[in-house]
Amino acid sequence: MYRPRVIPVLLLKNNHLVKTVGFSNANYIGDPINAVRLFNDLRVDELVFLDIDATKSGRCIDIDLVREIGEEANMPFSVGGGVKHLDQIRDIIAAGAERAIIGTQAVESPNFIIDAVKHFGTSTISVCIDVKKNIWGKKKVFIKNAKVNTSLDAFEFAKKMQTLGVGELIVQSVDNDGKMQGYDLELIQNISEAVNIPVVALGGAGSVQDLRNAWHIGKANGLAAGSIFVYQGTKKGVLINYPQKSEWFY
Amino acid sequence: MIVIVDYGMGNLNSVKRRLDSLAQDVVISNDSRVIAQAERLILPGVGHFGQAMDNLKKMSLIAILNDLVIESKIPVLGICLGMQLMTKSSEEGDVEGLGWFDCNTEKMKVGNNSIYKLPHIGWNTITFEQSNQLMEGIEWNSEVYFVHNYGVYNAPQNQILNHTDYGSSFVSALQKDNIIGMQYHPEKSHDVGLQILRNFLKFN
Repeated sequence: MYRPRVIPVLLLKNNHLVKTVGFSNANYIGDPINAVRLFNDLRVDELVFLDIDATKSGRCIDIDLVREIGEEANMPFSVGGGVKHLDQIRDIIAAGAERAIIGTQAVESPNFIIDAVKHFGTSTISVCIDVKKNIWGKKKVFIKNAKVNTSLDAFEFAKKMQTLGVGELIVQSVDNDGKMQGYDLELIQNISEAVNIPVVALGGAGSVQDLRNAWHIGKANGLAAGSIFVYQGTKKGVLINYPQKSEWFY
Repeated sequence: MIVIVDYGMGNLNSVKRRLDSLAQDVVISNDSRVIAQAERLILPGVGHFGQAMDNLKKMSLIAILNDLVIESKIPVLGICLGMQLMTKSSEEGDVEGLGWFDCNTEKMKVGNNSIYKLPHIGWNTITFEQSNQLMEGIEWNSEVYFVHNYGVYNAPQNQILNHTDYGSSFVSALQKDNIIGMQYHPEKSHDVGLQILRNFLKFN
């Protein structure tokens, strides 16, 4: 039987793992390679790595680090952060990643997405859509680490990405990031029901129940989160963890 | 020697790394002189069917592959696109394949149910009809990892190794004598995948 993937999302800053709240206040979590080893032992479905400084610094996620991750990871993984050239995607895939994740560049250069899909195939290209409410409560696509409002409607942008041939959408709520109070289920559901490519929910999960909701209510194919997989307890002590598969969908 | 055939389609290192943990003498090669010495072959692959066949032709690898697989009958494992290449043709690019299995690769049939998106990405279960050396130590309904848009639906009963449901039932692995094809990625499928690779290395 098919089931959605439960995906820890690990944020990188200076090649260290961090966790943010609302895309700010990066808190140091630990070493990425060590985390991969722990997640191997926990038999996780998939991992996502995002370099949150890459776009701002005008570079791509460190390919050497991706290679190190590829040498350790026993599970499929995707990486993103500053990806804007076909060569970078080639390097990322050669390093062992399943997919390259594209964010800012998907907004700034739709032609790049068309080229990337043509060269590497639909199932190799994911687009991460960072969504934030504007002052009137409209859900807009933000880029450059959520610093810049593109004024693009999140829902319309998602449909456009499908048209360009993207194989997967990661729909991330900037407002909910790190708050651990649940996903933006309305956003996830609206996009999931409007596209026929897989949608990964991200931003706000605080419990296994939130993951279940993203599947049952949000209709997401991937249930992604940061905080719940790297923190434990109300004081947010760092602890790499992963729910037992038997807990997930009941 | 186990040779992973490098025909320029996708990442081969994850296959090599998993096989290295089980066997010695695993090499990645696109050189027909090296490939000719293989005792077992792996045909991996991610990407477009038409492009993959083009690459095999341009690199002049088809003759040596046919020689080893059809004439010498060494065990060969096709993974994902590698399995599809072993069929007679694919709707992806509408081109002929290697034709080792008596079936065709078609666009995935998922119906209109919004749960079944394409590509089929993620973990799904496999079933198998009869005991088979390749499924030794594998439980019925074990989970393996898939990433694909195309698949096999109709194959001769005696060439079907696994079935999987995604909107409808498709053939998730094929076997005909020494030739094995898996739509899923054993190299990305944790313990189950490792056991399947181990079974392939013992397969005769």
